Amino acid sequence: MPGITRAQELVYELKIEDVMTREVITVPPQISMTELREILREHRISGVPVLENGVLVGIISIEDLIKALAAGEMGATVEKKMTRDPVFLYADEPVVMAVNRFRRPGFGRFPVVDNGKNLIGILTRGDIIEGLLKKLEVEYHEEEIRHYRASHIFEDIVSDCTSLILRYNIVARDLEHAGEASSNIKLVLTRLEIPRQHVRRVAIATYEAEMNIVLHADEGGEIVAEVQPRQIVIRVTDTGPGIADIEQAMQPGFSTASRWMRELGFGAGMGLSNIQSCVDEMRLESPPGTGTFLEAVIYLNREGEK
Amino acid sequence: MKLGEVVSIVEGTLLFDADLNVEVPCAGAADLMSDVLAFAEPGSVLLTGLCNPQVVRSVEMADMVAIIFVRGKHPPPETVALAKEKGIPSVTTPHTMFEMCGRLYEAGLRGCDISCRIDLVR
Repeated sequence: MPGITRAQELVYELKIEDVMTREVITVPPQISMTELREILREHRISGVPVLENGVLVGIISIEDLIKALAAGEMGATVEKKMTRDPVFLYADEPVVMAVNRFRRPGFGRFPVVDNGKNLIGILTRGDIIEGLLKKLEVEYHEEEIRHYRASHIFEDIVSDCTSLILRYNIVARDLEHAGEASSNIKLVLTRLEIPRQHVRRVAIATYEAEMNIVLHADEGGEIVAEVQPRQIVIRVTDTGPGIADIEQAMQPGFSTASRWMRELGFGAGMGLSNIQSCVDEMRLESPPGTGTFLEAVIYLNREGEK
Repeated sequence: MKLGEVVSIVEGTLLFDADLNVEVPCAGAADLMSDVLAFAEPGSVLLTGLCNPQVVRSVEMADMVAIIFVRGKHPPPETVALAKEKGIPSVTTPHTMFEMCGRLYEAGLRGCDISCRIDLVR
């Protein structure tokens, strides 16, 4: 997923308290503008909240300071020059609230308060950017580690033939979860850094097989994907009604699906032929009364050919 | 064609915020998901009248990038939630499938089975 979309999501997920600066420098209203200048310079900041007896009464920035300097009023108190009743943000609001507030001109920082309106932080545009970048970096790093751990399994485990077996139970008629197994297989293969074209072929084949079980097998079934260094073997077993005529079933367009299956968008008679066109080897067995067994192999040595 | 352009041509309404700055090489239209799995090219857009979560699953498996639900159909919450989880931009349009295919074709977008494969050969 592109990073920009994740950043957009994050401004809704992250709270203001996650990104704000917690150590807030404040000033009392009685100090002079000259004293304020020293405080801003010392801390290299461009604005501070004004607190009187712990209560937020105003905010004053470097802009106010410049105006006072131009007017020759550096001896005036902060109280005279500050913005009263400043706009503030609540700590538990999502960052997007702050982003919207910053769109309006004239706002460089917002005091952040808790639900008792006590000042607990301050937020600038820089805090938001830094917070988002940190979060994105952490997420990127987590996915990198997963990639690293998963994709090196075949190098780290030494044997004559290492394979990773993924086993999924498929529940009959469970339309809510239909497709989850294939989705998880796709995720695992992606983490194993198997080339996309291969992952896609496996995903389509297992999804068709999964839907076959969900729709046709009364007792459900099982999908096993065995990942080997050079190939992926998919084994699908179910205890459904079986297939009366395999040759006929393989024909594109042949279907025994009922109306409700077709309404779901399946049962067009393309399932088995779709599986066949995605895989390099395919074997289908269905002895009468024992269900169906499908084995398919996808080679990993060619660059996604098929 | 950019996905954003596709959405504006079909006069689509986004079902949730999404990144539309994605290049779309081609499109396909079907209500049969097995047909989708048979013809879809990676990166393409699906137009469909079907609204169940299997639409999202099919698009996910086939590496398609967006879904356009036609004829004013609003997919149920489980479909929208799955599309959001999988990061697949989804829109709904009041117009019919035929009309939408026509407008997109007129604007230069081609079907999966032809244009993409030509691109691959090049």
